[in-house]
Amino acid sequence: MAPPATIVASEESGALIMRAEGSWLVTSAAELDRRLHALDLPSDRRVTLDLAGVDRLDTAGAWLLLRTEHALSARGNRVALTNVRESFTPLLEQLRARSGVEPLPHPIPPHHTLIGFVARIGEITIMLGHRVYTMLGFAGLVSANFAQLFWRPRRLRVIATLVQMEQAGLDAMPIVGLLSFLIGVVMAYQGADQLRRFGAEIYTVNLLGVAILRELGVLLTAIIIAGRSGSAFTAQIGTMQVNQEIDALRTLGLEPVEVLVLPRVFGLVLTLPLLVFYADAMGLLGGALMSWSTLGISLPRFLEQLRGAITEWTLWVGVIKAPFFAAIIAMIGCYEGFNVTGSAESVGRLTTQSVVESIFVVIVADAAFSILFSLLKI
Amino acid sequence: MMTAASDDIVIQVRGLVTRFGTQTVHEGLDLDVRRGEVIGVVGGSGSGKSVLLRTVIGLKRPDAGSIDVLGYDVPNLGEAEARALEQRWGVLFQDGALFSSLTVAQNIEVPLREHLRMPEPLMDEIAACKVAIVGLPEATADKFPSQLSGGMRKRAGLARSLALDPEILFLDEPTAGLDPIAAADFDQLIRDLKASLGLTVFLVTHDLDTLFAICDRVAVLVDKTIRIGTLAQHLEDDHPWIHAYFHGPRGRAAQSTNK
Repeated sequence: MAPPATIVASEESGALIMRAEGSWLVTSAAELDRRLHALDLPSDRRVTLDLAGVDRLDTAGAWLLLRTEHALSARGNRVALTNVRESFTPLLEQLRARSGVEPLPHPIPPHHTLIGFVARIGEITIMLGHRVYTMLGFAGLVSANFAQLFWRPRRLRVIATLVQMEQAGLDAMPIVGLLSFLIGVVMAYQGADQLRRFGAEIYTVNLLGVAILRELGVLLTAIIIAGRSGSAFTAQIGTMQVNQEIDALRTLGLEPVEVLVLPRVFGLVLTLPLLVFYADAMGLLGGALMSWSTLGISLPRFLEQLRGAITEWTLWVGVIKAPFFAAIIAMIGCYEGFNVTGSAESVGRLTTQSVVESIFVVIVADAAFSILFSLLKI
Repeated sequence: MMTAASDDIVIQVRGLVTRFGTQTVHEGLDLDVRRGEVIGVVGGSGSGKSVLLRTVIGLKRPDAGSIDVLGYDVPNLGEAEARALEQRWGVLFQDGALFSSLTVAQNIEVPLREHLRMPEPLMDEIAACKVAIVGLPEATADKFPSQLSGGMRKRAGLARSLALDPEILFLDEPTAGLDPIAAADFDQLIRDLKASLGLTVFLVTHDLDTLFAICDRVAVLVDKTIRIGTLAQHLEDDHPWIHAYFHGPRGRAAQSTNK
């Protein structure tokens, strides 16, 4: 084991001699640092730093020596390093040449101060405005590309659209169906529990019909698809952005919006209403099953009650929202994908952001639809 | 598990076999690296240069053979031995492999924090030292990897691999993707560090200039094994691949600039 590193100060014929000994290595740096801070540094004297006893030296040790030398010089001492082994000279020289005297003070992150906090709110507000602006710009770009399809319909990529429909629609059926079924079960169970107190169990059917058809079916499906397909869109386009595939498309004379965005938007707009219809059916099935097993409402009675509770508009009010939600999810997903810059890390960040944003906008749009429908008295 | 390696040899590979499925990359490969030398590993694409590096530092298990680094049996390290060995080597991956959520200074402090108990100010000082020693401007310490250029990221990665003042430095294509000036600077930096810190450097590279500028010996991966020797010896070798490598137009250009 190497001898421990020490530093000892002694007076010798008018000069102060500091003898460094042992292994000045990073492993003993903490201990040395403590000892050096504990030393009483003199002022305006001749000081000799004697390294005769130092048998090993690394960058950390060399830094501590140089730091001590700096500190002594700063107090007006005349400092000399003596008995430096030849093998240590290059390291000391290199450190002396390259490093500053003081390490950088870490600046306080600006948002830790009150002004910084206010400034940050301002920054975020401006950024938000900017985002909305660029997002609208993107929606405009997509619409312009869409409009071009009317006089050049052959430019719609049918196969790519069908692939998107399969991935976003067909492949999502198990999860959408299962979750809708379970929501139907839960709604029926909870609704029956409350309504039983009034002896109005049969109205569970009305509750199920209205809630699932008008709101829950479409909202639940949209949220699942935002998490499943919206995130996939961002990740796919983002990865292409990282690999410079988007740039390659442009140089080959292909318009990325036309090749990548339109098939995804079309695919989702066509698929989501179908998925919503399917989710409605599965939700009602779950509700019917639960009503039968806990309330003893048979299927014919369930259907009869349902017919009285809803009109065809109840279904349409839900399904009509689906294409709008689909367009929102697909556009935000693609937009965030194009926002990816270079690093793989930004793909992850923007994927998260795209899901959060599309769910948020979908719910806001749903609220807007509610207001619209109540004005229209539907 | 200490084995009897001579003090002079810091890395000893014997009979290494590496396979991916049915494809054999290394077949009975032997390699000795001496203390204090810079060894360059070259070979064609897919000849297993990076695989060799990953195997020597224990990221990949060899299919057969023994690997001995500083007297430790790498494929069969216990937890305590692995910790001890990790403090004695530093690894620079191709693009620096800096942790993206930490600043450069915090990146350098990761190994210090993990292996040593040290007061916060001293750690900052040592981090600043390492930043200076790899030739980065002081202000880099508080920047995040995403704010740095490729060359700076490599230097910062080098600073992190030097954090614990290792005895062996493993470099994976350190000059790939750098412009010629930055690459030459990096070569000079490795040479300076070797001189001042007494490092042993294990260098995987494609850069002929780097080979001629800083390597004491060169290991060429051909025919699933290795031919090791000084550059002068390789220049005499009449193995077709080695001949084409060192006597091709780029090889000749690198030779003449580094004469």
